[in-house]
Amino acid sequence: MSSIAARPDVIPAAPKNYINAKSTLMSWLFTTDHKRIAVLYLISITIFFGMGGLFAMLIRLELITPKGDFLTGDMYNKAFTLHGVIMVFFFLIPSVPATLGNFVLPIMVGAKDLAFPKINLLSWWLYVFGGVMAIGVVINGGIDTGWTFYPPYSTTYAASNVTLAILAAFMAGFSSIFTGLNFIVTVHKMRAPGMTWFRLPLFVWAHYATSIIQVLGTPVIAITLVLVAVERVWGVGIFDPQLGGDPVLFQHLFWFYSHPAVYVMILPGMGVISEVIPCFSRKRIFGYEFIAFSSLAIAIIGFLVWGHHLYVSTQSTYAGLVFSLLSFLVAVPSAIKVFNWTATLYKGQITFEAPMLYAMGFIGLFLVGGLTGLILASMANDIHFHDTYFVVAHFHYVMVGGMVMAYMCGLHFWWPKMTGRMYPAALASIAAILVFVGFNLTFFPQFILGFLGMPRRYHQYVEEFQVLNVMSSAGASILGIGYILQPFYLVWSLVKGPVAGMNPWGAKGLEWQVPSPPPTFNFPDGQPIVVEEAYSYTTEESHSGA
Amino acid sequence: MAHSSDGLVAHHFEDLEQQTESAVLGMWLFLAQEVMFFGGLFVSYLVYRIKFPDAWATASGALNVWQGGGNTVVLLVSSVTMASSVWCAQTGRQRGLKLGLWLTLILGLTFLVVKYFEYKDKFFHHLIPGANFHWTGPVIGSPTEGQIELFFVLYFIMTGMHALHMIIGAGILIWIMALAYKGYFSPQRYMKVELFGFYWHFVDIVWVFLFPLLYLVQRHG
Amino acid sequence: MATIPLIPEQASTISGKMDFLFYGWLAMSMFFFFSVVFTLVYFCVKYRKGTNVDRTIRGDNERTLELTWTIIPLVAAVLVFFYSAYAYIDFTKTPQGAMEILVTGKQWMWKIQHPTGKREINALHVPIGVPVKLTMTSEDTIHSFFIPAFRVKKDVLPNRFSSLWFNATKEGEYHLFCTEYCGTDHSRMVGTVTALTPERYQAWLAGTDTGVTMASSGEKLFTKLGCVTCHTGTSPRGPTLKGVFGKEVKLNDGSIVVADEEYLRESILNSQAKLVAGYPPLMPLFRNQIKEQDLMTLINYIKSLKDEKSGAKS
Repeated sequence: MSSIAARPDVIPAAPKNYINAKSTLMSWLFTTDHKRIAVLYLISITIFFGMGGLFAMLIRLELITPKGDFLTGDMYNKAFTLHGVIMVFFFLIPSVPATLGNFVLPIMVGAKDLAFPKINLLSWWLYVFGGVMAIGVVINGGIDTGWTFYPPYSTTYAASNVTLAILAAFMAGFSSIFTGLNFIVTVHKMRAPGMTWFRLPLFVWAHYATSIIQVLGTPVIAITLVLVAVERVWGVGIFDPQLGGDPVLFQHLFWFYSHPAVYVMILPGMGVISEVIPCFSRKRIFGYEFIAFSSLAIAIIGFLVWGHHLYVSTQSTYAGLVFSLLSFLVAVPSAIKVFNWTATLYKGQITFEAPMLYAMGFIGLFLVGGLTGLILASMANDIHFHDTYFVVAHFHYVMVGGMVMAYMCGLHFWWPKMTGRMYPAALASIAAILVFVGFNLTFFPQFILGFLGMPRRYHQYVEEFQVLNVMSSAGASILGIGYILQPFYLVWSLVKGPVAGMNPWGAKGLEWQVPSPPPTFNFPDGQPIVVEEAYSYTTEESHSGA
Repeated sequence: MAHSSDGLVAHHFEDLEQQTESAVLGMWLFLAQEVMFFGGLFVSYLVYRIKFPDAWATASGALNVWQGGGNTVVLLVSSVTMASSVWCAQTGRQRGLKLGLWLTLILGLTFLVVKYFEYKDKFFHHLIPGANFHWTGPVIGSPTEGQIELFFVLYFIMTGMHALHMIIGAGILIWIMALAYKGYFSPQRYMKVELFGFYWHFVDIVWVFLFPLLYLVQRHG
Repeated sequence: MATIPLIPEQASTISGKMDFLFYGWLAMSMFFFFSVVFTLVYFCVKYRKGTNVDRTIRGDNERTLELTWTIIPLVAAVLVFFYSAYAYIDFTKTPQGAMEILVTGKQWMWKIQHPTGKREINALHVPIGVPVKLTMTSEDTIHSFFIPAFRVKKDVLPNRFSSLWFNATKEGEYHLFCTEYCGTDHSRMVGTVTALTPERYQAWLAGTDTGVTMASSGEKLFTKLGCVTCHTGTSPRGPTLKGVFGKEVKLNDGSIVVADEEYLRESILNSQAKLVAGYPPLMPLFRNQIKEQDLMTLINYIKSLKDEKSGAKS
């Protein structure tokens, strides 16, 4: 760091940052710099988001007509399976933690890197190997079990690449475990002097809670999927009832991870929102401790609600009742967050840049997703709604309306930090509005379809459902345009975008006190010493950069 | 390297203490992850044992308690030699360290060899799950062959996963021995030995659970 | 095509109650949703940058606010839990004496068998005003039996019985869907439920009567499979099955089980698993020897033996 002063021949006009530090391909593929790994992740998950989106498009095209005349039954089944597998394991789970988390979390706590940079690199490579296998599944004819891999269908009846797909998910799982492990150790051991637990940005708290789930939940699905693969390859009955196995045991083991995994997908998004709202209302976040602890509460209670996926699967009524109560309770910490975000706006100096638009959209859509979740947690109503489009609409409101909105919110918020450039503000706002409108048009009709009784995973359906399906497909095309716009103007900004400067939003937090893009070890002036609380905004000051 | 001349502290850590604490916490988390990984297997085991007690009692009889018990002793002793290796590394006893690592490796390999003969024995008795599975032994209660097969499925997956951890452990152990012969370790630099010790003890503990659950089913009074 | 349907038909005794509960949920959700969104929009407008409003923050009631919006949702969550749990038990408790229809799911059709032995595929005729219990199993993978208009759904598993019940209230034709993904033609595993008045149901039953009631075809199976040689009460090799259904049976390990469908099923498929006290393990295993539908018929026959004996005694 001090070597620059010692060597006067270095040109100060082109400061070294993590992007131009080295330029060979190998220096990217085998980098241990958390920021470069974040960029690698960003590129890879964007590819998979595109693939998953393509399958979603096939699904929506097919469902325009009730007859099932665009794809064959098998093709349709493969389309929704691949859409699910790719979106869940290769986009949603790594989306915010592995890209934005990887990039800003170490800087936020005042560290030069994550605790285990090599493991971080390993995590990306595992993801890539898993991803290549997933692509292999697609090329090799797809898979038609649904992303839930329920036996005995997956073990005995499905004639597709189940084992390969399981291996792909297994790899992605370990990539996720290692990211979580790295975050926990970094938060515990790498905080800069003065960065106490209650000065941590809420983004860090949210990732800490997420990481607990990743480390403790993911191994369970890993071994469960191994069991499915073994059953399939050896033809023995672990879950197949014809041989004495119990298919409901699989469902328990699967959801023991996959329900908490829903919180892996949403908690980091909540972390993003907790950063963006104070910034654009120039106010300290309301109820810091409550938001922080609600993340932990969600992570812990979230481990105990998996049985609400099994209300109609012959699970005992008593077990169902316990899971139902806990499912209602897990809604409380989420509600607390929403109330605190709203209260943060009170008496602020609110501006509406693209990240703020996404954040506002997030709150509205997440509310709908969360409240319909309560309806599904009610056993009496779930009898009717289970496995219908009501469920599909509900989890898309949380996963897409919640997490994808939050991911885009965070991407637009930290983009100037990651690249040093600003994107065109007007275009970004238009994209945000298109996504919001398109999303609602796509998924709101599906609530009604579910209430009417249209089952999910249906290739053809009865005629009276057509109008709502056409509305949904029309909405999806608007949503698609909103998504497709983004890579164009973001890539454009890399070349032509105005230089962002250190802190274009006038935001608080250590990541805004280093150059954009940050240098390789983040803090050119040495380890920072933190003297302020998080979010020490005052309504008097205006944006410095804009 | 900017912060310490001897290369003990990696570039992104501020000091040795931070690096050590991070490594230890990371290892504990890794082991927590391992506990959950094996946990899924133990839950499956438990569910089916409650469901098919007769099959469990019957099938468990085919396992060789002496081989399993002997292996338990081998692993427990290897934990002792591993612990003494760590102590030797911490206190700079280079010869003791090498001796301890050698003994640990030999005991670990002994375990795997015994395990190999156990597996081979199952093969000869048609106890490998799949098309050729056939139960000819004495029967307790009235289990079906499918249920007995299920026991062996879980037996092979559980012990197989454990053996896989042993093999990986032996590989890491050989690497650590190579470092020891290069004189890499010192009382300031012994974390690799200590962390590997954590792992080795964990793998031993898994076996301590596996042994009674698999070998001693019908011997519970 | 012209109008957009919004509400599914209500055609069973529970559908109205379930919808009432749902509308209650909807009202509560909308209250929360609109109070938050209204507040959000109000703040966004009032405190947008540059407006000349009072921005001094006193911040002395933060804790009170936090506790308020923690405790109110908490209490609300627990209250609605109890209400919905109560409703669930109310909806799912099968009434005594419900008429029993057997359902077998297989890739990709529903096979139905009425008490008279009459069979139909992908169609289910039921009388209105009569509680009907469906006893269901699958021949292959997991399916799920769903009649939206009746608001009933239950997974159908292989090697196991599950059941649901309803009491239709309105004549008409309704959809029947499979809701657990089961492979290629999952979306064609659908059918029509026809609710008829009891008289018309009887007429329908009589219309193309096969002449063989389920119990009498069960009797044929009982003879054909050889059950009759040991299970009539005269042989020391097997216990009598007369009146056994629903009674407690003492097993040879001393434990006591209730001879329900699940027990009968297990004993036919794997007789050695739960052997009745005092009898040798002689019976052959019928696993993989008997079709699901025959198994159901047989069990139904054994159930019908119940009344004969108690009638004879009195």
